[in-house]
Amino acid sequence: MSSLSNYLIVSAILFMIGAAGVMFRKNVIIIFMCVELMLNSVNLTLIAFSQFMGDQQGQILVFFVMTVAAAEAAVGLAIVISAYRNKDTVEIDHFNLLKG
Amino acid sequence: MLRRKKDLQNLIPYIVVAPLLGFLINGLFGGRYKNKAVAGWIGTIAVTISFIIAAGVFIEMLSMPEEHRAIHVKLFDWISVGKVNVGISYLIDQLSIIFILVITGIGALIHLYSTGYMKGDPGYTRFFTYLNLFIVMMLQLVMADNYLLTFLGWEGVGLCSYLLIGFWYEEVKNGDAAKKAFIVNRIGDFGFLVAMGLMLVLFGSLNYSDVLGGATSMGQNSTIGLITMMLFLGCTGKSAQIPLYIWLPDAMAGPTPVSALIHAATMVTSGIYLVARSNILFALSPTTLAVISIVAIATALIAAMIALFQNDIKKVLAYSTVSQLGYMFLGLGVGAFGAGVFHVLTHAFFKACLFLGSGAVIHAMHHEQDMQKMGGLKKYLPITFWTFALATLAIAGIPPFAGFFSKDEILWKAFSQGSPILWALGALGAFMTAFYMARALYLTFYGKERFDAHHHPPHEVDASMWIPLVVLAGLSVLGGLLGSPTGALEKWLAPIVEKGESIVIASRSGGSNLEQFELPLLIISVIIAIVGILLATRYYKNRITLATDEKSLGGFYKLSTNKFYVDEFYDGAIIQPTYGVSDSFLYKIVDVKIVDGVINGSAIMVDMLSSYARKIQTGIIQNYAVMIVVGILVLLSYVLIF
Repeated sequence: MSSLSNYLIVSAILFMIGAAGVMFRKNVIIIFMCVELMLNSVNLTLIAFSQFMGDQQGQILVFFVMTVAAAEAAVGLAIVISAYRNKDTVEIDHFNLLKG
Repeated sequence: MLRRKKDLQNLIPYIVVAPLLGFLINGLFGGRYKNKAVAGWIGTIAVTISFIIAAGVFIEMLSMPEEHRAIHVKLFDWISVGKVNVGISYLIDQLSIIFILVITGIGALIHLYSTGYMKGDPGYTRFFTYLNLFIVMMLQLVMADNYLLTFLGWEGVGLCSYLLIGFWYEEVKNGDAAKKAFIVNRIGDFGFLVAMGLMLVLFGSLNYSDVLGGATSMGQNSTIGLITMMLFLGCTGKSAQIPLYIWLPDAMAGPTPVSALIHAATMVTSGIYLVARSNILFALSPTTLAVISIVAIATALIAAMIALFQNDIKKVLAYSTVSQLGYMFLGLGVGAFGAGVFHVLTHAFFKACLFLGSGAVIHAMHHEQDMQKMGGLKKYLPITFWTFALATLAIAGIPPFAGFFSKDEILWKAFSQGSPILWALGALGAFMTAFYMARALYLTFYGKERFDAHHHPPHEVDASMWIPLVVLAGLSVLGGLLGSPTGALEKWLAPIVEKGESIVIASRSGGSNLEQFELPLLIISVIIAIVGILLATRYYKNRITLATDEKSLGGFYKLSTNKFYVDEFYDGAIIQPTYGVSDSFLYKIVDVKIVDGVINGSAIMVDMLSSYARKIQTGIIQNYAVMIVVGILVLLSYVLIF
């Protein structure tokens, strides 16, 4: 049984990888996956705390997060597909219509 | 006793509520009536109800002892700032009940008349909506227990007057007349506002009781003088005195019932109400009273001179109203406040009757107002003729009709409390009054028919129109009995005006006995009136054309028919310079350069700054994500470090 901080460190690393991916990768699908990674790193944190504090609420919350993430994935992928149909690409740099 | 007073207090608000409901019902649902006549009946019944309540209150007041007659009704607080407290509260006393009875009584008659006169007009419901609103506002004016609520009514009646003068707004000249009335009145209202500001400074209150009580204990001082001058400026606007009388003759552009109700019987007398109500203030400022007397007599004379040769029947009556208002102010100016109110009362009867009579003539003549195209109407309109004739005798001051008593009382007070000169000028005005009213009567009803009787035969008016005429003619005949012959009105008003009148009389030097002159003067003024009528008979009874007047009278005729060029003078002295300054300075410099410059300048500055700021918005989502993360990191480090 490792200590709480080990879980938190893994979770933080996963979160940073996800955040870096969102910030610097160009492919929308990968960015999308990175978002999922960030979500799941947070899930890991929740479960870790829940386990170590003996409180089941954190585990329940994770189920909610996963459900919402599933729905969000469906919507997100649909948006990606329709974006691809419009521009024939999923490179994020090409979507800059809101440039000021 | 107390219980009855409590009942009255509960009842009094309904005097206002009834026409207010009429206004709301007609105003909100008027467009949906299948039968438009409903609007007329709702309006008439609403005002009749409030007249009945007012009459009931009056009868109750009669049976009360004198000192308990003033009834105070507080509905709710309106403005409460610091020590100043202004309420929506009413004061019903001997003075206001007279005005309430006149407003609702004559108002009800004129509503009834309007149901006939306005029949078929496309704005029928709108007309009654405005008319009911007018009654509400006029009641606020006279029932208020403080200057501010009176001012609310004062402005409200001004609004209704504007709406009703411009009632037939399709014609530009009607709209212009409405604007003229409104703008000229604003000048007077400015005076009223300044007076209220000064009252707040001097007395710290706007309630009649506080202001008048404060003034009594303070005695004469220059601020009170200024307050009364400013109030009088307000009165010259609303009650059409020199220099602001010019709007009233133009106000005749409105429908005739409006001229009768608003521009003759009620609204224009609100200035007299205000002065009579504040009689103690005015009594404490002899200079203002002197100014009022001079302005009043000048107005009475000049308006009468203009009325002499007008050919539009309503214009004659309009100038006659201005002139009669002059007489009322003459009464107030010499400190005979009761006499002024008495003339308001009798004038309301006979002038409403004359206006409604002229309305009946205009109605019968298919909207012809020019007396040159009338004549010989006596046999076509017998009822209208008789009522008009009785009211003419009343205004001319022939005993025992109403106008004789009230006018004579004012003239007598002008002599005994003012000066013989005021009396002489007033008598001259009375002579002209008799002359021009008789002239109007002869030109309209006697002589040759100067219109095409075969194609458009004039017809007598409906019952809804002649009933009010007959009632008002009856009042014109008998109304005078309320005043000097029985002394009833004088006694009734004494608690209100006594104090002011006694201050004025005490300040006059030399109590020489003038009583011996009263009867001779009275006889002289009757003779003068009769001479005026006879002169008009001689020249106008069988008149065929008016064209000869111009030749035989020369310059004076020209001055009179052109209204002494007062409008032209105001146009040159005030209106054109105002336009000039507005155009060359206010528009081209202040507006274009300064106002527009500031606005455009600020827009240019924002545009310039934003050309830098907008660079942040790259449109690339990842940049935003970086900014969010960096922001979070900065905030986190701030929280963790400090």
